[in-house]
Amino acid sequence: MTSSEQATGTLRATTRLQELRRRVHFDWLDLAVIMMIGWAIWWFVDRIDGTLKYRWDWSIIPRFLVKTDLKTGATVPNVLLEGLFTTLRLAVWGLLLAMLIGLVMGMARTSKRLFLRLIAGTYVMLVRNIPPLVFVFIVVFFVASQLLTPLGINNAIARMSPEAKAWMSILFGPPRLIENFLSGLLCLSLFAGAYVTEIVRAGIESVPRSQLEAGESLVLTRWEIMRFIVMPQALRKVLPPLAGQFIQMVKDSSLVSLVSVQELSFMAMDIQVSTQKVFEVLIFTGGLYFVICYGLSLLFGYLERRALAGGG
Amino acid sequence: MNRPENDMLQSSPAIEMIDVHKWFGNFHALKGVTLSVGAGERVVICGPSGSGKSTLIRSINGLEPHDAGRITVNGFTLTENQRDLFAVRREVGMVFQQFNLFPHLTVLENCVLAQTRSRGRTREEAESIAMEYLHRVRIPEQAGKYPARLSGGQQQRVAIARSLCMQPKVMLFDEPTSALDPEMISEVLDVMTDLASSGMTMVCVTHEMGFARRVADRIVFMDEGIIVEDDVPSRFFESPTSARARQFLSQILAH
Repeated sequence: MTSSEQATGTLRATTRLQELRRRVHFDWLDLAVIMMIGWAIWWFVDRIDGTLKYRWDWSIIPRFLVKTDLKTGATVPNVLLEGLFTTLRLAVWGLLLAMLIGLVMGMARTSKRLFLRLIAGTYVMLVRNIPPLVFVFIVVFFVASQLLTPLGINNAIARMSPEAKAWMSILFGPPRLIENFLSGLLCLSLFAGAYVTEIVRAGIESVPRSQLEAGESLVLTRWEIMRFIVMPQALRKVLPPLAGQFIQMVKDSSLVSLVSVQELSFMAMDIQVSTQKVFEVLIFTGGLYFVICYGLSLLFGYLERRALAGGG
Repeated sequence: MNRPENDMLQSSPAIEMIDVHKWFGNFHALKGVTLSVGAGERVVICGPSGSGKSTLIRSINGLEPHDAGRITVNGFTLTENQRDLFAVRREVGMVFQQFNLFPHLTVLENCVLAQTRSRGRTREEAESIAMEYLHRVRIPEQAGKYPARLSGGQQQRVAIARSLCMQPKVMLFDEPTSALDPEMISEVLDVMTDLASSGMTMVCVTHEMGFARRVADRIVFMDEGIIVEDDVPSRFFESPTSARARQFLSQILAH
């Protein structure tokens, strides 16, 4: 072994040791911090218990999750679970629609045509500078109600076969509420779509011009270059902000409870009013949102790792 | 689009540039360039940086649209019309300084994409053609890898293969070895020499004067947007007529 090999050997050994030490590093300061946190939690719990004079009753949660159907005796989802399903439907459809809007508008925003740039620019400008609440009311009362009622969705559903109706209620919820659901969905996806548009635009602009030139020299059309060269690279780069935006959208979905879409927070509010068990419902509902959103971040984390494995 | 008669194709040059001008804002990058490249001819373009050689080669396949003058490749004339532009690009392959491989696609997919899209080949056909050209640039074993896993020299050879897959009549090289580490330059130049000996029409912007001397039929020396000299390598290197070419050669051959 030469001296230089020896040197690198020792170097490697020390870095490994440092790494190990970094991993299990724990001393009296850490202990003190943990004790402080523990004491703070105990203090809060004790205070709440002492000052709130609240009688906790967690048994209401399962009662509102599932119920027994009086006619058939089967166990069926109760309001809380129905609300969760509606929120999940809003999340899934909203994610797809917002992505679609974001892709189209993002491309329009980077287009060579001034007209397309103006349309997409105006859309983003309007949505971003209006408070979400106002936006929800405007879309539902002035846009959705004008658009959806003339479409005759209710009549169309009434004419459907029972199987088709069953599918419709799995995908969009109870048929009698479908117009209401769709208008909520429209708000949500139009709202999130504006932010996705900006993320997609940033992604498109991050792909270097030389990539377009390579595509052009290979006789690819502008559309083919966008579809096979720019978009795949752009979307990989913007996965982290996209994840953040979609998680934000799931949380914003609680806003459409204001226009009576019977999703999770709408149902939760209902139960709070009727049972007076405010905190149990609040905390449980918060937990459900957390599970959905954390699930989304895990999904996006997985997509990101996969994108990284593929060439990066 | 005007496709010439077959017998005319024999006699007409592969690339014909007549009084081509290009402006970038106020900067006059090409000041009336006239250049003709015959079929099977190998032309090396050299000159100091900013002389317009990159702009010249990029205008041949319309990456830089020219502002005045006429560019014709194998009988297809570049116009504002998209169809003419595509007709010219179908005749021309291009290799870039920074390789410009598609990082999200494997080496094989890089070579297959454009074939299936603009040559209308099936995936199987395209893959077998891609492998054929990857063999020719001597890296068939890298087909499944992503470009980031390859060395610069390997990436540039993939870029050459990707271009050849489209079976162009003319190949343009825009400083193909300038971004490479010195030890990788020769593997790329070897591939280009092979290509030259197969009779491909080539226009190459490069500072590799050894390559130019060995392979080129003609050397075009540019400065400040005009062609200053256009001669066979022996005369260009032994007895350049202009002072600017003499100065350029003394600088580039000094080290």
